[in-house]
Amino acid sequence: MASTVFRSLQSFPFCLHPTTLFRRKNGIFYCTIKGKHSQTATQEKQTSNVKVSSHPAIKTLDKILKDYEAIIGIETHVQLSTLTKAFCNCPYNYGSPPNTSVCPVCMGLPGALPVLNSKVIDSAIKVGLALNCKLSLNSKFDRKQYFYPDLPKGYQISQFDIPIATGGFIDLDLPVEFGGGHRRFGITRVHMEEDAGKLLHSDSGSYSQVDLNRAGVPLLEIVSEPDMRNGIEAAEYAAELQRLVRYLGVGNGNMQEGSLRCDVNISIRPIGQSQFGTKVEIKNLNSFSSVSRAIDFEISRQVQLHSQGQGDQIVQETRLWEEGAQKTVTMRKKEGLADYRYFPEPDLPGVILTDEYVKDIHNSLPELPEIKRRRYEKMGLSMQDVLFLANDINVAKYFDATIAKGADVKLAANWIMGDIAAYMKNEKLTIDEIKLTPQELAELIASIKAGTISGKIGKEILFELLAKGGTVKGIIEEKDLVQIIDPAEIEKMVDKVLLDNPKQLEQYRGGKTKLQGYFAGQVMKASKGKANPGLLNKILLEKLNAKSS
Amino acid sequence: MLSSLQPPRTLSRFPSKPIYLFRKTSLKPLSSQPITNSTLTDQSQSQTHSQILSIRHSLLCGQLTATQLVESFLTRLRQTEPHLRSFLHVSDTVLRQANELDEKIKRNEEVGPLAGVLVGVKDNICTAGMPSTGGSRILEGYQPPFDATAVRKIKELGGIVVGKTNLDEFGMGSTTEGSAFQVTANPWDVSRVPGGSSGGSAAAVSARQCVVSLGSDTGGSVRQPASFCGVVGLKPTYGRVSRFGLMAYASSLDVIGCFGSSVEDAGILLQAISGHDKLDATSSKQEVPDFTSQFISLNLLESKPLKGLRIGLIRETLDDGVDSGVNSAIRGAASHLEELGCSVSEVSLPSFSLGLPAYYILASSESSSNLSRYDGVRYGNQVTADELNALYGDSRAKGFGHEVKMRILMGTYALSAGYYDAYYKRAQQVRTIIQKSFKAALDEHDILISPAAPSAAYKIGEKKNDPLAMYAGDIMTVNVNLAGLPALVLPCGFVDGGSAGLPVGLQMIGAPFDEEKLLKVGHVFEQTLQNCRFVPPIITDDVAS
Repeated sequence: MASTVFRSLQSFPFCLHPTTLFRRKNGIFYCTIKGKHSQTATQEKQTSNVKVSSHPAIKTLDKILKDYEAIIGIETHVQLSTLTKAFCNCPYNYGSPPNTSVCPVCMGLPGALPVLNSKVIDSAIKVGLALNCKLSLNSKFDRKQYFYPDLPKGYQISQFDIPIATGGFIDLDLPVEFGGGHRRFGITRVHMEEDAGKLLHSDSGSYSQVDLNRAGVPLLEIVSEPDMRNGIEAAEYAAELQRLVRYLGVGNGNMQEGSLRCDVNISIRPIGQSQFGTKVEIKNLNSFSSVSRAIDFEISRQVQLHSQGQGDQIVQETRLWEEGAQKTVTMRKKEGLADYRYFPEPDLPGVILTDEYVKDIHNSLPELPEIKRRRYEKMGLSMQDVLFLANDINVAKYFDATIAKGADVKLAANWIMGDIAAYMKNEKLTIDEIKLTPQELAELIASIKAGTISGKIGKEILFELLAKGGTVKGIIEEKDLVQIIDPAEIEKMVDKVLLDNPKQLEQYRGGKTKLQGYFAGQVMKASKGKANPGLLNKILLEKLNAKSS
Repeated sequence: MLSSLQPPRTLSRFPSKPIYLFRKTSLKPLSSQPITNSTLTDQSQSQTHSQILSIRHSLLCGQLTATQLVESFLTRLRQTEPHLRSFLHVSDTVLRQANELDEKIKRNEEVGPLAGVLVGVKDNICTAGMPSTGGSRILEGYQPPFDATAVRKIKELGGIVVGKTNLDEFGMGSTTEGSAFQVTANPWDVSRVPGGSSGGSAAAVSARQCVVSLGSDTGGSVRQPASFCGVVGLKPTYGRVSRFGLMAYASSLDVIGCFGSSVEDAGILLQAISGHDKLDATSSKQEVPDFTSQFISLNLLESKPLKGLRIGLIRETLDDGVDSGVNSAIRGAASHLEELGCSVSEVSLPSFSLGLPAYYILASSESSSNLSRYDGVRYGNQVTADELNALYGDSRAKGFGHEVKMRILMGTYALSAGYYDAYYKRAQQVRTIIQKSFKAALDEHDILISPAAPSAAYKIGEKKNDPLAMYAGDIMTVNVNLAGLPALVLPCGFVDGGSAGLPVGLQMIGAPFDEEKLLKVGHVFEQTLQNCRFVPPIITDDVAS
């Protein structure tokens, strides 16, 4: 259906319609607005100061910063990975050629009507519950009205005064390298809405094109309380949301693809002052580290201005994070509040939930990151291990499956975080793609613990299992790798090695005890790596020292 | 505020016994069913018959080929269209479709219940591969890639879309003068408006340019033109018919409605287009009964066929401001219903007068939003501009007509921060009050009756520069939309005017999803209304000069 929509223009998938090629002179589109806002030298200096800790100026700034606190709130848009868009049957796949996933509904053709995809509600309920929110059993959709070429209907279907979820919180643990610590940040609201399309600006800047593939893709907007105080906290808040979304399986949370977008609101005030400072919004944050760095830059900028008596230069505006320059620049100054003329969406009936429905979804929720972390912590794992394992739901599932098979907790953690993680990184695989099953990892750990194989052999087997699969027992049998734990057998090999290396033996007994390693290596070699290292060393030492005495 | 310019009505007599109404034009000799090529233009049978059933009968009996049938309609369309201008577009595939149908009949294949039925479709209802402009410059030349659900259903049942009928731009108006392209004339008097906004659809059925037609009714846009043009107009319950493919004016009020020259035709058409549609979340899952099974032919009627039926005559609709001729026609219709066995009593709806302001606030508010999509970016006319705001502003300034702009401005104002509570929210509260008062009245009565409009058709241009006077004409109908109820308008008499008098429509309002009852009562009413033929002079007289 979609292919016939644009009159005769199907042959130009990139060029919707000549009408999309509107020309413009002045900067309507943000990408053309270069920061006219003057960047003062001090501000430039600040940026570098932040990085060069040895610079004397940083000390003063650090000192000034101590007198201020930053108030940070985040609006996050989470794209839901439903099979079809929020209000029509179009699929959405990131990166599809422009305007190939469109229909009369998401293009806003005359007469087309939205019909809600019920999976959007399910996802919203899941996220609302996971964020400890109160759900509105009677919510509705509203129209948010504004004109922009990426908004086909001239309004966005959103939720205004009755969002589906309100008043929750999210718990997280800061990474150990940033000082660690547990944090709880408030969640103001979660609401459902649709995404807009994308504008593609020509290099020359003389025209823009509209790609409506993304138009109508379901989003959850999650608004936090202004509870964060620095860049790390904000970045970790975003990371925890990503984790949550992935745990719940409602979205991929990919920041680079724009599946998780954070707009940060930030103001500063001298410590002790109760009144809030002027709020500045930062956009274009494409990674957690840019969230963190943009905020720290913005705090410095605002504190610098305030401390120099130029607090009036902090104005309510939207600033853009420039990754290249590592600074924020003015995107647009707000002239009063925009009036979106919200009113209830008459094309969609109200969203009415029953307690049973919510309860069913509640019961189907997976173990959430916070609960998982507390459980791992109780198992005796270090916070570093806990954070690593709980970070990725698939890794956590793998770990849980491994210990469910009886593996030692600490050993399982070590294997997963060590050799398995390294292998995944090298081979660019996810934990779901490796051939080693949790069952076999547990078996491997048990075999080493029981002494059936040595740790060294264990490692060899591990890589074989990772790459080719199979069972630990199978490989041990096939390659005859069972550890030699019979002292008599080891003794025989030790005797042979000592006999074969009279020179070295003499040197050892002459005081060059470092050669013990050499002998041990020779014996291990002779045993094809199968000798139990503990026994080997014990017997070897006895033999070496016995004859010397 | 309502027009009282016309002289006292002398023609609107509704004599007590026998029920008799007359027209100035002489009636041609009666001919018997089934319909033949000649009788198609000669609608002078004593009773109002279903054209759809006659056509079916004629086609299946081989008395007429679809091609002959279609040609006779097209000939009349060609003759009358220069005077009426009811169509914005006439399909060029009608004859081919008729030919295909003939082939099918020849091969003894099964044909749908609407086979060979020419259907006019209001131009704000999308038809694939056929222009659909909504009567607006901003959509000039626009061809949708899909059929509205109602149109799709009609096509699936064999109906042939003959063309797109004129309307007030996007349905905003009561005269069809608000079309960006042409002014449609009333077949009863070409110096008069056909009503609106579905004026083209009403005029086309009235002048037998097509058999039935689709309109849309947001505040009376099917019922008022039906009244003005002397045809049957049916506004279904909100949600009964899918709105998918209907260009939204006010989403919470819009419904697609039916025009026919008989109640039966309107019922058959409603049957065809009703039902839940997964493409319209506001369409109802309520079961669709067989509307046509209710129809009892005249010779089987008992003496008091509507015995026990409680009819409420809405007192407020016969107040000052209603034409005296209309008033007496409605009172005459009430007596007629009494004679058919109904008990008729007056009922008061105290909130009635609140409907008009509430309607104009809600409809304008929703329209200001619904019309945002006409921005010139993806389709429709676009003005070349240097920057984005000018592109929007100029495209819309050039594309929309006065009335549309005015309503967008009113609606934008009503929804603005600081005004929302005083206007939109308050109007919604009024809406709830109106719904309750209708519910109370319909608990006591099976059907409520009122005029469909305070006057008969007025002159073209008469209210063009007086929007408030035009809005006031919607008083009879807007409340029904606010309450979401079904209503049937059928001609019940005449007032003086034109060469043959001007028809007056009776509005029957029913409980939600009770179209069945409306159709049944309307059918009996129509069958028993003797010597009263609502065939306009344009097709019987030589007024085409």
